[in-house]
Amino acid sequence: MEKELRLMKGNEAIAEAAIRAGADGYFGYPITPQSEILEYLMEANPQVTTGMVVLQAESEVAAINMVYGGAACGKKVMTSSSSPGISLMQEGITYIAGAELPCLIVNVVRGGPGLGTIQPAQSDYFQATKGGGHGDYHLIVIAPSSVQEMADFVELAFDLAFKYRNPAMILSDGAIGQMMEKVWLKPPKKRSEEILPWATTGKPATREHNIITSLDLDSERQEKFNMKLIAKYREIEEKEVRFEEFMTDDAEYLFVAYGTSARICQKALQLARVEGIKAGLLRPITLFPYPKKRLNELADTVKGMLAVEMSAGQMVEDVMLSVNGKTRVGHYGRMGGMIPTPEEVVENLKSFIKG
Amino acid sequence: MAELTFNDIIKPENLTYTKSKLMTDNVMHYCPGCGHGTAHQVLAEVLEEENLQSKTIGITPVGCSVLMYNYIDIDFQEAAHGRAPALATAVKRLMPDKFVFTYQGDGDLAAIGTAETIHTCNRGENILILFINNGIYGMTGGQMAPTTLVGMKSSTSPYGRNVSTMGSPIKMADIIAMLPGTCYVTRQSVNTPLGARKLKRAIKKAVQYQNEKRGTCFIEVVSNCPSGWKMTPVESNKWMEENMFPFYPLGDIKVPEEK
Amino acid sequence: MTEEIIIAGFGGQGVLSMGKIMAYSGMMQDMEVSWMPSYGPEMRGGTANVNVILSDERISSPILRSFDTAIILNQQSMDKFEHNVKPGGTLIYDGNGITRHPERKDITIYRIDAAEEASRLNMQKVFNMFVMGGFMKVKPILRTEYVIKGLKKSLPERYHHLIPMNEDAIKRGMELIRKV
Repeated sequence: MEKELRLMKGNEAIAEAAIRAGADGYFGYPITPQSEILEYLMEANPQVTTGMVVLQAESEVAAINMVYGGAACGKKVMTSSSSPGISLMQEGITYIAGAELPCLIVNVVRGGPGLGTIQPAQSDYFQATKGGGHGDYHLIVIAPSSVQEMADFVELAFDLAFKYRNPAMILSDGAIGQMMEKVWLKPPKKRSEEILPWATTGKPATREHNIITSLDLDSERQEKFNMKLIAKYREIEEKEVRFEEFMTDDAEYLFVAYGTSARICQKALQLARVEGIKAGLLRPITLFPYPKKRLNELADTVKGMLAVEMSAGQMVEDVMLSVNGKTRVGHYGRMGGMIPTPEEVVENLKSFIKG
Repeated sequence: MAELTFNDIIKPENLTYTKSKLMTDNVMHYCPGCGHGTAHQVLAEVLEEENLQSKTIGITPVGCSVLMYNYIDIDFQEAAHGRAPALATAVKRLMPDKFVFTYQGDGDLAAIGTAETIHTCNRGENILILFINNGIYGMTGGQMAPTTLVGMKSSTSPYGRNVSTMGSPIKMADIIAMLPGTCYVTRQSVNTPLGARKLKRAIKKAVQYQNEKRGTCFIEVVSNCPSGWKMTPVESNKWMEENMFPFYPLGDIKVPEEK
Repeated sequence: MTEEIIIAGFGGQGVLSMGKIMAYSGMMQDMEVSWMPSYGPEMRGGTANVNVILSDERISSPILRSFDTAIILNQQSMDKFEHNVKPGGTLIYDGNGITRHPERKDITIYRIDAAEEASRLNMQKVFNMFVMGGFMKVKPILRTEYVIKGLKKSLPERYHHLIPMNEDAIKRGMELIRKV
């Protein structure tokens, strides 16, 4: 079957891509600006076509724990929410990480803290990339910057999640969730019938009983398990870094931005070039693992880096850690649901250059 | 007649009762006299007799029975506190042919997990919820539970449960029975052999109803906590009969129409 | 070619759906397109606006502050967006309810009295397609046949019987628009 071209909202693209990626289950709770995901899935009713389960849970807490239960069966399961709902899910997410289960969590970020606003923001970066819940763990975090990537990254996130038995998050925002763009949809895949050896699917005589848990009361064993997790995260950092570069060859100043901010910086870069400023852009696609190595290399050739993000300054800390003092690092951010315009980004680049 | 020696007595032909083959040899961490061990054994007997080992996924709670997965030889998922019914919902929806149960204490099911309990039952998920109600938080050292009786002392109600500041004990089974999604709600006990046999019959019915996809089955086991109640096992059983049973009367609360 | 557009007016004027039809039509003409709405309580009355970009190249920022074309359908939007039209750009507005007409000298201004005409013809349901016709006339980027296809794509099946009326509105809008 051929790819199919559609005009879709980012949220709808995620939903459709989940069906086509052969997802087994979606469990969610409505919250703006991502309710279209649940609505689209309910309308599409994949239970009758692919057998995918779609369930509106009583809360985000229940939704993430449904994901936990489904993932523990080795099923391809997911949830989505927006910032306040993702905060509620943190307990479940740390259990899932601790039990080493694959799943997909989508966060269509809105401004906070608290109930905040329903407009786009990138202020959940720390929560997404540094853990979020309690304990030492990481999610694999992927940041789409177009509707096409909202669709494509569903399958990518599932693949990485199963490859490493680790929860993966698509960190999007209200802008990408709500905007419509062209999207090429892949032909639908069948749901997998495979029974994974570690999954709880009923104990046959041929194996020991499988126990999915994050509990170990023995500290020595728990520490060994922590070391195993860290080794996994190091391997992910080694193998799974993804990023995109724009005009970095001759760039004297580098924007570092992801998601919606990266789109704005693409325009800002063009405007800056018209004014004779040799600007470039590095767009991290994976936020964990972060493209530390490449940023460190670029620090040798640029005069400074400006992190642009819709937050008070979160990702900028990773830029600083990556360049480790080799070059100047600045930050420009808008908050509370405000989206910077390309023009104001250029103005801020100019003042950054002046120092 | 010569007196029987120990070795004469333990011969296999003299066995009248044995643990289920599905019970592992791991030493249980439960306190002497606790009802959990009996409840586990009864459940394991049903799973064995109904040939369900390869079809069963159990969800354990946070509480004393958190390590239940060490004692019964079936696949288990260990849930976060109160969330077992959410896990069970997904497991059953994704694998409708499996036998799925949760095993939860009173803090897990009736306090922190109230929303999950109510909504799972309200959706009528085809699962079994086994609810062990001993009116106290055992694992964390004897704090007040939502089901702690009025006047009953615990480490967080040292002067006894005071209704005006701590609310009344909650009768979960009665609440659950009001929800159309549930098909079978019953209250049982494991303090006597008869009680254990009745519980076994109830679990067998729940297996049947789950097979018939008739909705949620909810079995409450009113049980004891010698350590938490600060009593000997015998005293705790007597106290349970005199105080718990009148407030949480045993017997069926809701039964489905026979087909 | 890149055309960066804002459509702004009241919720209920069909602002978002006009943008959607533009994006659909652009897509069917093999263009890159983006449609970025203001969302939230605005959707339920109050002001609504949408940024639409039609381009032959990969679209960078879907969120804009300056526009090649601004389509303005109420006074609040006029106050807010008149100054965001790029020098040399285009402003199209419906005169209905406008108390302060656009004043810029460095842009081309068109007026289309679509609300009045839609009301006269009892075609208020397709008011936005009069405006669409006006836009198509002064910015010949989208072709009518693709706009009709776009309508079919974006309208639920139960409204497909209204497509001929939409087509009439587009034609009338093309005649109606005039340079100020």
